[in-house]
Amino acid sequence: MLSVTAVKQREAFRLDVSFDSPAPGVVALFGPSGCGKTTIVNIIAGLLRPDRGRVALGETVLFDRDLKIDVPAEKRGIGYVFQDARLFPHMNVAANLRFAERRAARTRVIGFDRVVGMLGLQPLMTRRVHQLSGGEKQRVAIGRALLTQPRLMLLDEPLASLDRERREEVLPYLETLRDQLGLPMVYVSHRFDEVLRLATRIVLMQSGSALAQGGIGTISLDRRLRAMIGPDSVGAVVDGTVLGREPGGGLLRVRIGSGELQVNAASPSGATLRVQMLARDIIVATRKPEFLSVRNHLKGIVTAVEDDGASDLISIDVGGGGGDGSGPTILARITKAATRELAIAPAKPVWALVKSVALRGVTSAGFPGE
Amino acid sequence: MIWLSPDESEALHLSLSVALRSLVISVPAALIVAWILTRRRFLGHTLLDVVVHLPLVLPPVAVGYGLLLLFGARGPIGGWLKSALGIQLIFTRNGAALATAVMSFPLMVRAIRISLESIDRGLEDAARTLGAGAIDRLATITVPLMLPGLLAGVITAFSAALGEFGAVITFVSNIPGETRTLPLALYSALQEPGGEHAAARLAMLSVILGIGGLSVAEWFARRVRRMLGR
Repeated sequence: MLSVTAVKQREAFRLDVSFDSPAPGVVALFGPSGCGKTTIVNIIAGLLRPDRGRVALGETVLFDRDLKIDVPAEKRGIGYVFQDARLFPHMNVAANLRFAERRAARTRVIGFDRVVGMLGLQPLMTRRVHQLSGGEKQRVAIGRALLTQPRLMLLDEPLASLDRERREEVLPYLETLRDQLGLPMVYVSHRFDEVLRLATRIVLMQSGSALAQGGIGTISLDRRLRAMIGPDSVGAVVDGTVLGREPGGGLLRVRIGSGELQVNAASPSGATLRVQMLARDIIVATRKPEFLSVRNHLKGIVTAVEDDGASDLISIDVGGGGGDGSGPTILARITKAATRELAIAPAKPVWALVKSVALRGVTSAGFPGE
Repeated sequence: MIWLSPDESEALHLSLSVALRSLVISVPAALIVAWILTRRRFLGHTLLDVVVHLPLVLPPVAVGYGLLLLFGARGPIGGWLKSALGIQLIFTRNGAALATAVMSFPLMVRAIRISLESIDRGLEDAARTLGAGAIDRLATITVPLMLPGLLAGVITAFSAALGEFGAVITFVSNIPGETRTLPLALYSALQEPGGEHAAARLAMLSVILGIGGLSVAEWFARRVRRMLGR
C-alpha cells in the first residue's frame, strides 16, 4: 500500500495532493500536462523534497516531515522509468542493466535473465544507447529499473515520446509486468487509452490537486474526467468476466453485471475482460427490444439524468439490483427530446442497446477495479 | 632530438616542463572553480566568474607584474614562501609555471565548465534511483561523462601554455636554461643580429607543437561526440 500526502509550493504553482493505492496494482496519475504528475512522482522517488507531507510504502515511511524522516533516493528501493529513458550514454545496454543489478539493495526477486527475456532485450545487449530506437530505449530503461529489485515502480509517461507503433510495441511489456510480477506501479499519463489498458485505480489530477480517485469503473463515470477527455471519449469502463464461447457464432460471452455481452475476443473462461462502452454508442429503450440487429443489450435501472449540453447523459445501473447505483453503471448519451418523450428519469427500468464494445485489455490476474 | 641544436632542445624541453608544471597547478584549481561556478548558486558568483576571466582580458605584462608584487621576494606571499618553506618563485621555472597557469586558467575553467554543463543532470538523478550514492555517481557517471571534454580542454590549455610570453618574461625574466622557454628563445633570437634563421626554426617548432596539440584535442572532442551518438 502506497500512501502519499504532499504539499509543495513552486513559484506560481502549488501542489497539494493526497492519495493512496492498495498494492499490488497500477495506480494511474491522470491529468493534463503541467498538473503536477511528475512532481508527485519525483517526491515519491525522493528526487524532490515536499514542503510538508508524508510518503509511506507499506510499513516503511520514506518521508515524514513531522518525524524528520527523509530516506535518500538511492536507498528507497523504488524503480523509476523516466519519460526520456535516461540511459547512460557511455555504457552499452548490458552495462546499463548491470549498473542497476550491482546496486540492488534487496535480495533478488527478479533475475537478470528473466528481465532480459521478459523485455526481449537479448538482441540489444551489446548496442550503444544511441543505436537504440525510442521503444527499445524504454524497454531497456524498464529492465534497468526492475533490476534494482524495486518495491514500487514509477513510470512517468514512458510512452509519451513514442509514436503510435512504438507505443503498441511497449504496452504489452507493461501489461506483462503488471500481471506476472504483481509489482505495485504508479503510472503517469495524459493519455486515457493507456490508463484504461494498465491501471486498476485512477487519481484524477488538475492544477496541482487530486480531483478524484478510485477504481476505473467509478472514475470513468466522473463528470470531471468527462470534462478532461471530451464528449466523444466519454463512456463507462466495466470489468466483465469471460463466461465462455458462443457455440455457433464464435463470439465470447462476457458477464457484465447481471447481463451478458458478446464480444469478438480471445480469452480463457474466468478471465477478467475490461470493456469500454462509449456513451454515444448506447441506445436506450424502455421496452425489451425485439426485431433488432443489435444483439447486445443490458437490462438496468436509470440512476441519474444529467444535462450534458446539447444532449442528456443517462446513468444506468446494470447490476440487477434495485438500481441504487451499487452495480456496474454504464452511460448513454441521448437527445433531450428522447428523454422527454420516453419519460426517462431515475428509477425507471430500461434496456441499454450496446452498438459496439471496445476491448481495453485483459487482466487475467483479475485485479478488481475497486 | 638530433635535428635540434642544444639551445633549441633546451628551450623545447623547458617549455614542455613549464607547461606540464602549470597543469599540476591549474587542473585541480580549475576543476574546483568550474564545479562551483556550474553547480552552486551563491552571492559573489558573478564576481568569481569575472576574476577567473581577468587574465583573458588583461595585458599579460600586467598579470606578470601583479604576480611580481604578490610572489616577489618582498611580496606578501613570496616573502612568506621564502622564509617559511624556502621556496623561491621569481627567476625559476616553477615561477614560470605559475605565471603560465594563471594565464591559461580561464581557458581551462571554460573547457571544464562546458563539459560539466553538457552532462544531463537527469542522468545523475537516474543513477540515484538505481541506488548510487554521491561518490558512486561522481565516479561512475559525472567524471566519465566529463572526462573526454576535460582532456580536450587540458590539451588546448597545454598548447596555449607552451606559448605563454608576457606574464612569464615579466615575472621570472629570461634566463637561459631556467626560464627561457620557446617563445622567449624566439624573442631573444630576434633581438640578436643575424638571428633570423634561428628564429624561423623556433617559430616552425612552435607551429608543429601547436598543430599537434590541437589535433589531439580535436580527436578527443570527436570521441565524445561519437560516444554520445551525435
